[in-house]
Amino acid sequence: MAERVLACAPCHGPQGGGTANPYFPRLSGKPAGYLYNQLVAFQEGRRRYAPMNYLLEFQTPAYLGKMAAWFAAQHPPSPPRPMVAVSDAVLAHGQDLVMHGAPDRGVPPCSGCHGPALTGMEPAIPGLVGLNSQYITAQLGAWRYGTRTAAEPDCMQLVAAHLTEEDVAAVAAWLASRPVPPDATSAPAGTLRMPLVCGSEPQ
Amino acid sequence: MRARHWFGALAMLVLAWPQGVAADAPSESDTIRTGEYLARAGDCIACHSNPGGQPFAGGRPMPTPFGTLYSSNISPDPEYGIGRWTADQFYTMMHTGRGPDGGLIYPAMPFQAYTKVTREDSDAIFAYLRSVAPAHVPNRQNDLRFPYNNRALIIGWRTLFFQEGAFKPDPTKSAEWNRGAYLVGGLGHCSMCHSPINALGGTSESQAFQGGLIPMQQWYAPALNSNAQAGLGEWSLEDIADLLRKGVSNKGAVYGPMSEVVYNSLQYLTDEDTQAMAVYLKSLGQQAPPAGNATPVPAAESSLLIELGRAVYAAQCASCHGADGRGKPPAYPPLAGNQSIMMQSTVNPIRMVLNGGYPPATQGNPMPYGMPPFAQSLSDDEVAAVVSYIRQAWGNRGDPVTAREANQLRAAPLD
Repeated sequence: MAERVLACAPCHGPQGGGTANPYFPRLSGKPAGYLYNQLVAFQEGRRRYAPMNYLLEFQTPAYLGKMAAWFAAQHPPSPPRPMVAVSDAVLAHGQDLVMHGAPDRGVPPCSGCHGPALTGMEPAIPGLVGLNSQYITAQLGAWRYGTRTAAEPDCMQLVAAHLTEEDVAAVAAWLASRPVPPDATSAPAGTLRMPLVCGSEPQ
Repeated sequence: MRARHWFGALAMLVLAWPQGVAADAPSESDTIRTGEYLARAGDCIACHSNPGGQPFAGGRPMPTPFGTLYSSNISPDPEYGIGRWTADQFYTMMHTGRGPDGGLIYPAMPFQAYTKVTREDSDAIFAYLRSVAPAHVPNRQNDLRFPYNNRALIIGWRTLFFQEGAFKPDPTKSAEWNRGAYLVGGLGHCSMCHSPINALGGTSESQAFQGGLIPMQQWYAPALNSNAQAGLGEWSLEDIADLLRKGVSNKGAVYGPMSEVVYNSLQYLTDEDTQAMAVYLKSLGQQAPPAGNATPVPAAESSLLIELGRAVYAAQCASCHGADGRGKPPAYPPLAGNQSIMMQSTVNPIRMVLNGGYPPATQGNPMPYGMPPFAQSLSDDEVAAVVSYIRQAWGNRGDPVTAREANQLRAAPLD
């Protein structure tokens, strides 16, 4: 399988572990259901990035599932991520939003769905550690502008719509500053009581 | 027997003998199955559906040099689709490019080729389309620039480029060859891409299969009648058939828009029809003189380019395609002796290096190997160098390409 998905390597690394380019996410170790949903979203144009849309256009669901399962099973070391130069106050705001949310503004904590260790939950909620701040910022922006959509109800679209520019910068900076824990496996399915209903995650 | 006749016959039989149907008349479900097969051979779904959308609901944007056309709803919805059409009207549309109201259809619909489809096959396709789920989706207005938004212009286009007619078998050729010619020239509508397209958006019958750059998509569809391009005259029938039904062969893999054709259409054809197309396509291939010098690169610059290309190849390409360029087919196509790389048009090899790509996943090749894109990691100079190198290494004969050509193709659309 590694040879069959070499096409992914220039941007995502040979085992999907990520590369120095901050805009290409780490794939390895993410829940297979999450990765599969993304592959299908790229194929159907619900997630738009021309090189991905192009590469996946004529692949079957069965093959996309195999690709997703393979990357989910890889656990290469995480490449070093650049430090994000922001103030301690910004990092503190980011940590507060990630762990506690902003209930007065309808923003749930990230940890509610992505887990207290932020390593995601099976089958389809991704971990948030090990990503670069630029990638996280770009994805939250993409949800706001509709270039990234998920199955309805699209809970991340709702969350992104409630975040200000400052919130996004703070959340992205704090998440990117977190080390990947030694055991980065996702929480078992159904072990978290999610604050929102999400079309991608059966509940 | 024409289906409209047997539909009539069937109705009478049912009235007379509710329990019995003549044994030699195809049942309606057989006709629908035949129609489904033929609709696949015609690849109707590719243009008349959107990715992730309901099949045959139309609305797919078709960018042209004259503006954007939107394909029509061909599901059996009575309001927006073809639910109120008759088999006669459907055949007239296929055969003459005129809708039920007599209106002229834009030639993005390949009636230039479908005019060769028999009445029987047209009726079966119609029966199939009538059997799919109706999509209550309105048709979208075309977005063509003046003066192309004037449908009367189609009259002029038709005078120049459209010849109504039925498929005429060549009695000097085998039945297999004729079946191949019918599929390639009719439902397959291969000439839509594999022929030069002039400034008026037309192709002339006399230039059929001579190859051409596909407008807007910026992929070059190689000449099917030249051994210097598609090169099918020198391929074995097995390799041609493999390429058509699996998307990969020992000689090369499909890429670009041809991936779509294999994925949605050709992989579903029977072995007999695939073989017939291979027999016909192989017969088209003629010896052709080597391509002339299209992009003169000064000799000194050229040798520097080749040296850089050799280094890029060794670092980026050789692990799959081999230092000897022979690849490991069918997973990694050979580059040595591969006409796709040596063609006068340099568009395809440059784009493959920039964009990479997966051959389609097919029944015969369900887990294809993908070529990585190098647009992010190689400079224009490096892309030009490595393409120049593979066009001249291992006895390949192709002219060097320039960094300018590589740069221009970075902007080529990926959808």
